[in-house]
Amino acid sequence: MEAAATLAAGGLTVTVMEKTDHLGGHLADWYHLFPDRRPGREVLQLLTKRVQEGASVLLNCDVTDIERNKEGFVIHTRQHPPVEAQALLVATGFDLFEVRKKEEYGYGIYDNIITSAELEKMLSGGQPLLTTRGTVPRRVGFVHCVGSRDAKAGNLYCSRVCCITAVKQAIEIRERLPQAEVFSFYMDLRMYGMGFEELYKEAQEKWAVNFIRGRLSEAFENQDGTLMLKVEDTLTARPLRMNVDLLVLMAGMVPSAGTKEISRMLGLELEESRFIRPRDRHMSPNRTNIPGVFIAGSCTAPMSVADTIADARGAAVEIMTSPPAPLLERRGEKGVRS
Amino acid sequence: MNIEGKRVIWKDYQKEIADDRYFYARSCVRQSFFPGAEATFLRILRGELGKELHDEPYHTTCTGIAYHADVVPFDTTMTVVARQFALMTEAGYENFVPSCITSFGVYSEVLDIWERFPETEKRVRDYLKRATGRTFEKPRNLAHASDVIYKFRKEITRRAKYRLVNRFTGRPLKGVEHIGCHYAKMFPSKGVGGAEYPYVLVGMIEEWGGDVVDYPERRHCCGFGFRQYVVQANRGYSIACSKKKFESMEPYHPDFILTNCPGCPFFFDRWQYAISEMEGKTYGEDGNGIPVLTYEELAGIVLGYDPWDIGFQTHQVPVEPLLDKIGIPYDPDMKYRGRNGEDLGRPAPTNVLRFYK
Amino acid sequence: MINFGYTINTDRQIDYDNNDRRIAAFLSEHEPTFRICISCGTCTATCSAGNFTYFNLREMIVMLKRGETRQLKEDVTKCMLCGKCQMACPRGVNTRNLILSIHRAIERFEQP
Repeated sequence: MEAAATLAAGGLTVTVMEKTDHLGGHLADWYHLFPDRRPGREVLQLLTKRVQEGASVLLNCDVTDIERNKEGFVIHTRQHPPVEAQALLVATGFDLFEVRKKEEYGYGIYDNIITSAELEKMLSGGQPLLTTRGTVPRRVGFVHCVGSRDAKAGNLYCSRVCCITAVKQAIEIRERLPQAEVFSFYMDLRMYGMGFEELYKEAQEKWAVNFIRGRLSEAFENQDGTLMLKVEDTLTARPLRMNVDLLVLMAGMVPSAGTKEISRMLGLELEESRFIRPRDRHMSPNRTNIPGVFIAGSCTAPMSVADTIADARGAAVEIMTSPPAPLLERRGEKGVRS
Repeated sequence: MNIEGKRVIWKDYQKEIADDRYFYARSCVRQSFFPGAEATFLRILRGELGKELHDEPYHTTCTGIAYHADVVPFDTTMTVVARQFALMTEAGYENFVPSCITSFGVYSEVLDIWERFPETEKRVRDYLKRATGRTFEKPRNLAHASDVIYKFRKEITRRAKYRLVNRFTGRPLKGVEHIGCHYAKMFPSKGVGGAEYPYVLVGMIEEWGGDVVDYPERRHCCGFGFRQYVVQANRGYSIACSKKKFESMEPYHPDFILTNCPGCPFFFDRWQYAISEMEGKTYGEDGNGIPVLTYEELAGIVLGYDPWDIGFQTHQVPVEPLLDKIGIPYDPDMKYRGRNGEDLGRPAPTNVLRFYK
Repeated sequence: MINFGYTINTDRQIDYDNNDRRIAAFLSEHEPTFRICISCGTCTATCSAGNFTYFNLREMIVMLKRGETRQLKEDVTKCMLCGKCQMACPRGVNTRNLILSIHRAIERFEQP
């Protein structure tokens, strides 16, 4: 959306082709954004306004084929007439790792195990935070790195934003449930951005969030419905067992189904992590192996909202300063959300 | 708990189990401590199901215990395994069925290594040829004996005389299932149901009318190991593992423990006695222990075989409470009588664990 | 009771729910910077006592938070209160007050 708005402001003709019935991808699901805790809806509204001012938007696009000709590309969809463009911007985003695959955590088998995305939905929907038994949780656990940094899950990379999201969500839970204890089970705490380390300190100091360095081996549902966790406490070098009422799994980002599909259609090179490979990570992070096809956002790597917007502006500038100018169209197709 | 979540995983891990014409490799431990168990397996497969099962007199141990206790180098283990396969080939069979879980683990591991490193296979073929003059074919199908009983569980139900139901309360009996570590933890895809939620024993209990109890330490090893257990002073480590499991399952009041490894029932059976003598604690009701069974013994009960033919007299934790709950008749006088009614003597009575005759 | 030649090993697992965490709660209240320790180990690296005795402030803080206080009474006496740890701590934990508070907490919740 940001790229479309910037390109339009630069005088280009832009068409946004969106797969679902609304713009914004996952941003529509997020409650508050880190580090300053501003509402995600606010950012979405600002972006939507800017897009609508300058670009044309086509919703519900199922791309069936992308043709190449002398001028550029022709994109065929099931729902709309073909769109012609001299440049394509692929912004198909990410999907969340299917945490069911980490069988030992028991997602989908034991009650009261949810993903970070589900927690965001509960928070933005204003739902009361209750266990499936209808009780108020006295203890909540966060498991970091679910599906990321994990050879067994097939994803060696770090999903970047989950650590800060976990810290943010820990504070949000403590705000709503002052009697609850919160535990975070982490490998590292990747507080990479400005304001992140400060939020971590606030979580410890003001909100008494407990951080235990070590991975979960398994979760199990006790007879009374609480979850028993077995964790390696690396700082004491001993196994630790504790009960929690609610377990939140920080699901990592994986390339979306849409990314896979469009990359296949266009013949884009992928990294080993299956994200789209940019021409060069320093000087051409928004170009691909195919001339005329540009990339932006989390289809290239896990990114926060702030990172994505910055990357989008970079892509827009790349497109604007590439020949041939001036009649360029931009196409972004959002990935499928489950 | 949402059982549907488990069923999805069980569907993901299915394996091919051969239909008939099995080459049976017996277990070292099981034959010594529970001699009736393997006889029951043969009786079920040949007698009830009419399958062809070859019981080879010349076969040896797979050297699993020695390999895992670091007493024997891996090349020796591979050559012995090759000899077992050679016997299978000479007898004209392709489907290998080991009785022991560790054996199953050893055979799976060796076959996997030969597939990844064909030069190792070639070397082992050479060793076998020079040592014994034999050649072998790799088995087309490798399945554990519990997989075979699992595969035919519905046929067994059809011939069953009893169900796993408590005749006093009318409720299904509660069974705890314990899978041997080497069944699925090494190669999850080679176990029915995978490594986290194995289905092979759950399927049997469910099919025969019982209820499976899931408890926090379900995945914990019984402590058999091999390395530490060999030295008597180290057995505190092994017994602590089993004790952890007993403490964890006790609040669920299981009626029996079902296992598919020979070492695990040996441990669960004997350690309950040892714990009762060392700490005065028993885990069943009224000073009883929790009876420990293996899959063929459970199948034998369900089919209505005489309990003393199945070999329950060799169990240190008496199985009589379970037989009473199901309503299986048994003659207490015949418990310690051999063939032709010969009196075999009596074991010394236990001090804490309830003793039956 | 029969002696079979071995004793049953005790469980090493930290049983968090059943551990006595009153000392940690006391410290969290009386020395709030107890909460912001990140177990980086800078304190232990500079520690004078640590050169000659088994005194490890990083480990002690983590064990306290878990409720593992068996060794605490003996170990805490090894600190000389030199203050090098407080100078070095990147988070600003008031380690000297922490040690003094631990002494008070042990008196308050004296374990036999």
